[in-house]
Amino acid sequence: MSTLIEGLFNGFSIGSVLLIAALGLAIVFGLMGVINLAHGELMMLGAYATFVVQNIFKPLGEPWFSLYIIVAIPIAFIVSAIVGLILERGAIRFLYGRPLETLLATWGISLILRQFVRSVNWLLFISIGVFSLLFFGGMELIKRRSDWERIKNKVTALLLVLSGGIAIAFYSILSNNLALTKAWFSTRNVDVTAPAWLRGGTDAFGFQIPYVRLFIIVLTILCLIGVYWFLQRSTWGLKIRAVTQNRTMSSCLGIPTAKVDALTFALGSGLAGIAGCAVSLLGSVGPNTGQNYIIDTFMVVVVGGVGNLLGTILAAMGIGVLNYLIGSGTLALMFTNIKAPQAVLDFFFFFATSSMAKVMVFALIITFLQIKPAGLFPQKGRTAEL
Amino acid sequence: MSNKTGVQIKKKKQRNKIIELGIITTLVIIMAIILPSIIPAFRLRLIGRFLSLAIVALGIDLIWGYTGLLSLGHGIFFALGGYALAMHLNLQIPEGQIPDFFNLYGVKELPWVWQPFYSLPITILALVIVPGIAAGLIGYLVFRNRIKGVYFSILTQAALLVFYNFFNGQQKIINGTNGLKTDSSRIFDLVVSSAGVQRTFYIITVISLVLIYLLCRWLTSGRFGRLLIAIRDDETRVRFSGYDPTGYKVLVFAISGAIAGIAGALYTVQTGIITPSIMEVAFSIEMVIWVAVGGRGTLIGAILGTMLVRLGQTFLSESFPEIWLFFQGALFLIVVTVLPDGIVGWWTSYGWDKLRSLLGLKPSLITYPSLVEDPDVQQERKEMSEQ
Repeated sequence: MSTLIEGLFNGFSIGSVLLIAALGLAIVFGLMGVINLAHGELMMLGAYATFVVQNIFKPLGEPWFSLYIIVAIPIAFIVSAIVGLILERGAIRFLYGRPLETLLATWGISLILRQFVRSVNWLLFISIGVFSLLFFGGMELIKRRSDWERIKNKVTALLLVLSGGIAIAFYSILSNNLALTKAWFSTRNVDVTAPAWLRGGTDAFGFQIPYVRLFIIVLTILCLIGVYWFLQRSTWGLKIRAVTQNRTMSSCLGIPTAKVDALTFALGSGLAGIAGCAVSLLGSVGPNTGQNYIIDTFMVVVVGGVGNLLGTILAAMGIGVLNYLIGSGTLALMFTNIKAPQAVLDFFFFFATSSMAKVMVFALIITFLQIKPAGLFPQKGRTAEL
Repeated sequence: MSNKTGVQIKKKKQRNKIIELGIITTLVIIMAIILPSIIPAFRLRLIGRFLSLAIVALGIDLIWGYTGLLSLGHGIFFALGGYALAMHLNLQIPEGQIPDFFNLYGVKELPWVWQPFYSLPITILALVIVPGIAAGLIGYLVFRNRIKGVYFSILTQAALLVFYNFFNGQQKIINGTNGLKTDSSRIFDLVVSSAGVQRTFYIITVISLVLIYLLCRWLTSGRFGRLLIAIRDDETRVRFSGYDPTGYKVLVFAISGAIAGIAGALYTVQTGIITPSIMEVAFSIEMVIWVAVGGRGTLIGAILGTMLVRLGQTFLSESFPEIWLFFQGALFLIVVTVLPDGIVGWWTSYGWDKLRSLLGLKPSLITYPSLVEDPDVQQERKEMSEQ
């Protein structure tokens, strides 16, 4: 019995990581139909933000250091939300209504973000600053001219080339300065150490419950409550739900849909940041961290159905528990105890590794989609097409 | 009068066909006969690899460019074809022995999966049929429920991850992460990596590319092709017109998978090894970008895009390994936002006319035959010329 409870608990804790990662994705996908393949990289940024906050708190000494995680959560949220906002304004808003193109564009963004984390240094940072200052400053200045509409395309191209050239020249002139070109994180993984009060665990039901896992479960529940409150009780939440249901109608009623889109994307990205903060407590963090989660979280969204928090919760927990029960061999052991036929045992032992469990879970997901193609709680409405 | 225009159009079509055939033959002669004798062997091997990737790009163009199904899991079929041929090559050893790597895991008997791959004809059949069936099965299970669009893309990506995990985990069957080497194997008693065999594989690649191009050309030009485009543009309407899109989608996805299998086999022998890393998520998405750069919905664009991107990648990642990923990411963004129809699409819709006007030629007018045949229009034209 206690193995089953232990299995369930571990499954729930995997599920809660999936859930916290899928939450932002579900909101973004549900509202805008945007598949954000850069979601994993936004998580990765959140994890790196946690790492930076930890390093800032380290010299402050013990009473402060153990509190860093409390500060890191909002910072991770803000960092990822700002990056998400830039992405939405800079690229994704031009691609609404073309989901497959958005998918490719966000993949491109995710490649750039991964390499950015590897090679970011002060010089690159300043060069990007110089470029933005020249390009956007120049655009602002020229926008005041009366013949702006006529010369728009040519000026944009010219400014892009000019400011890009100046930024690259600036970069190559200063690239001998070692202090400036020292990479912030380099390609190696970084480690976030959990504060003292999160290390260790408590004994209950005859097995060890690590505090970190409990912390993540609590954090997930808090995020859920926060998102639920925001969507159901606040004015902007109401606007977001209205746009989800009928974009054209909402726009007619005076809801600024572009603002709602930007806000939703920032919110989803911010949640990814919090997820990254949680993930950083589980193991070391590298530029490719996001890739480990992205497909699983998409599976959660596909199984849960679009635009429904309850579906997302159930799907995350279901996938987490199944993954653990199959992968850890708990299921195989249980079948051994009840003396199941050898063929059944062989079958379950064959899948009793974490990578083979994914094979099994995918097969189950495909089977599930044969029965409910639009997920657990499909959107009801008169539209025949999604 | 109306007959005359009809005959003219027919003649023009025939002329275009002859021109296209001429271009293809010249290219084949250059690629297959002249090129091998003038460039060094390792460069030839590189180009052979690119050409086999162009084959898989043709398959992707068939389903994405024409049918509107974005598959992010073509690595699966690519790898299946590659593994089929690699298994056959690994079995070219004295009677009664099993490939060396089995000793590492204490496997004494050849797994049953390997048995059919002793014979070359079955292997060649398998490297087409196994990926085709795998694709057909995945396609059937997904399309049957009218799951489409991004859901389909994500499911294919998940399937890719599943296959990746499976191949990585099964050391006792297919050597797990280490993959299968083909370079030191022998085919017809010749070492696979020797220059002569590699050149033969290169020529086979060129011929397969042409044959598959012609197959895709045939598929997309007739009734079937028009139905595929209809499914891409408005699937609901196709269904209301009395067609069942599911069957067509499954079929075209299976064909695309089989094409990827052939490409994978050719790629493997010209690389010298196949490992599960060929099924990494990034590689399968890259395949899509080759098609996007060249121009989706145009077969020649798929080939052109693959060659350009791969050549660019070889050049850039050799000279600036640091910024290659930045460049690749930017390529995704640029293609999607600025150049949605790819290079070929841009050329046919804009570049060609621009070039003509630069050369001082009149822009070519495109009208409907029925409009040209309209007696009123002809009368008007006559009056205009008389004035």
